[in-house]
Amino acid sequence: MAVLVVAEHDNASLKDATHKVVSAAQKMGGDVDVLVAGHNAGAAAQAAAKIAGVRKVLHADGASLDHQIAEPMQALIAPLTAGYDAVLFAATTTGKNVAPRVAAKLDVMQISGVTGIEGADTFVRPIYAGNAMLTVKSRDPKKVLTVQPTAFAAAGEGGSASIETIPAPDGPFKSAFEREEIVKLDRPELTGAKRVVSGGRALGSAEEFHRVLEPLADKLGAAIGASRAAVDAGYAPNDYQVGQTGKVVAPELYVAIGISGAIQHLAGMKDSKVIVAINKDEEAPIFQIADFGLVADYKTAVPELLAALEKAGV
Amino acid sequence: MKVLVPVKRVLDYNLKVRVKPDGSGVDLSNLKMSMNPFDEIAVEEAVRHKEGAPNLPNSHYKAGAVTEIVAVSIGPEQAQETIRTALAMGADRGVLVKADADLEPLAVAKILKGIVEAEQPQLVILGKQAIDDDSNQTGQMLAALLDWPQATFASKLELTNGRASVTREVDGGLQTLAVELPAIVTTDLRLNEPRYASLPNIMKAKKKPIDMKTPADYGVDAAPRLAVVKVAEPPKRQGGAKVKTVDELVAGLKAAGVI
Ligand SMILES: Cc1cc2nc3c(=O)[nH]c(=O)nc-3n(C[C@H](O)[C@H](O)[C@H](O)COP(=O)(O)OP(=O)(O)OC[C@H]3O[C@@H](n4cnc5c(N)ncnc54)[C@H](O)[C@@H]3O)c2cc1C
Repeated sequence: MAVLVVAEHDNASLKDATHKVVSAAQKMGGDVDVLVAGHNAGAAAQAAAKIAGVRKVLHADGASLDHQIAEPMQALIAPLTAGYDAVLFAATTTGKNVAPRVAAKLDVMQISGVTGIEGADTFVRPIYAGNAMLTVKSRDPKKVLTVQPTAFAAAGEGGSASIETIPAPDGPFKSAFEREEIVKLDRPELTGAKRVVSGGRALGSAEEFHRVLEPLADKLGAAIGASRAAVDAGYAPNDYQVGQTGKVVAPELYVAIGISGAIQHLAGMKDSKVIVAINKDEEAPIFQIADFGLVADYKTAVPELLAALEKAGV
Repeated sequence: MKVLVPVKRVLDYNLKVRVKPDGSGVDLSNLKMSMNPFDEIAVEEAVRHKEGAPNLPNSHYKAGAVTEIVAVSIGPEQAQETIRTALAMGADRGVLVKADADLEPLAVAKILKGIVEAEQPQLVILGKQAIDDDSNQTGQMLAALLDWPQATFASKLELTNGRASVTREVDGGLQTLAVELPAIVTTDLRLNEPRYASLPNIMKAKKKPIDMKTPADYGVDAAPRLAVVKVAEPPKRQGGAKVKTVDELVAGLKAAGVI
């Protein structure tokens, strides 16, 4: 049994999601190799080689892989799978984009957003916004999975895998990168953060969203998230959206401010260890899953909370 | 240009699903079913590129960029209603591929490939995920089977001279790709806000044609690859506790060891 993990990285650095997918791969049993596909991604490949328990790193480097676009990624990965029983991706926008394309090429039915591994062919995943947990057994000869990183502990460091260089595909391809607007963050990245402060429609404007949430996030060393309503209204960028169709987070502390708690939002945060909800409507559904519900107007509660944290020496 | 828009009949997004006590699946009986919200966005996008968007001044939508919209659904007899909704929003005709069992995304993608070969569209716009099984696979699989380029999770679609420029919602922000047509695009939430069909358009939609097909018409073996072992309730959270003051909250967080 051999499993290939497709690394999550931005060329310069390896993302922690990779460590979590490696630990999911280890649960399947057998050897685990990691593929780093990128451009000038040597540092990411080096980092992958240090993950404990990794047998080998495959490093494909070339201009076609710069942005990990689906077409060249598929051209690279589909043939590589010949030597593997399973290919695992992180359930990130990159993994979700590429994995099904590889699976279809292999005539395999992919299993998405896996949160539990019960052996080499049996997997658990949420459906219906996490309101049901589905266990499936795959009859396909190879398995293609996207793995929900928050559901697995990160594999440790201390490995010393060999790095094998393999060629990047040349194309031609029918899709090309034009440009990107990547939000620069001085804060922890949302999906890996230990603490998350999220704001909803109640914040009312982009200025208010930042004015209220940033000092609290800074104080707590937290990432900032948002509900769909806050993103749709332009208070926060799209990649802040937590939920069924946004990002899934499971921090130690999740603070929901002016968020009602629609099932689509809960799907993205209900596995957080401790949930705080601040909402002025005591009937808001978010309170049903909150460990600490505070019925209050955020306009007074958030400044009070900042002062109280200060006083408590946080 | 002709556009194909697949639409799926799913449990309405406002409703919470019930897990069957015997763990064999979910119970959808007597629950309201609707078009998958991401597919509504797909239909809306196709219609705007056909009709233009007169209410959005200086928008990138040009009337006539799309000339025909075919809405297709793969599902039970009642999925006809889902197709009618698409027709009422502005699609021109429908194709229903009747399948009583829930088909997996791979089988759906294979059937769609057959429809694409028969219809020869320049563009297929799909929802990025269906809110029932949350797989987020079909568009990407269809792109692979056709060897077409793909631009998933779209928040903006511009059509110019045989190409599409597509802005995508990605984890770090936004990414724009240029893709040659024919291509696959999947929709994200910010692409547009779908219209409600007007009553006259709902009446008109009743007269639009829907072709009836089966998976066998496309030579597709739709047998499932995954066996359902069980469907269970998620673990319940012990929530519901309230605090009266911010000080009580901070003391609680300290005691819980999270600050
Ligand atoms: C296909 C689809 C996918 C979706 N995906 C997602 C997703 O991934 N993530 C997501 O979040 N949503 C998603 N949604 C949307 C979801 O259904 C809800 O509409 C959304 O989560 C609501 O956001 P909200 O809680 O900020 O807004 P609202 O529901 O409007 O809640 C605002 C809350 O703020 C409270 N409030 C108002 N003023 C104050 C104040 N001064 N102080 C304190 N509290 C105040 C109100 O009491 C209310 O509870 C999706 C919907 C669909 C159809």
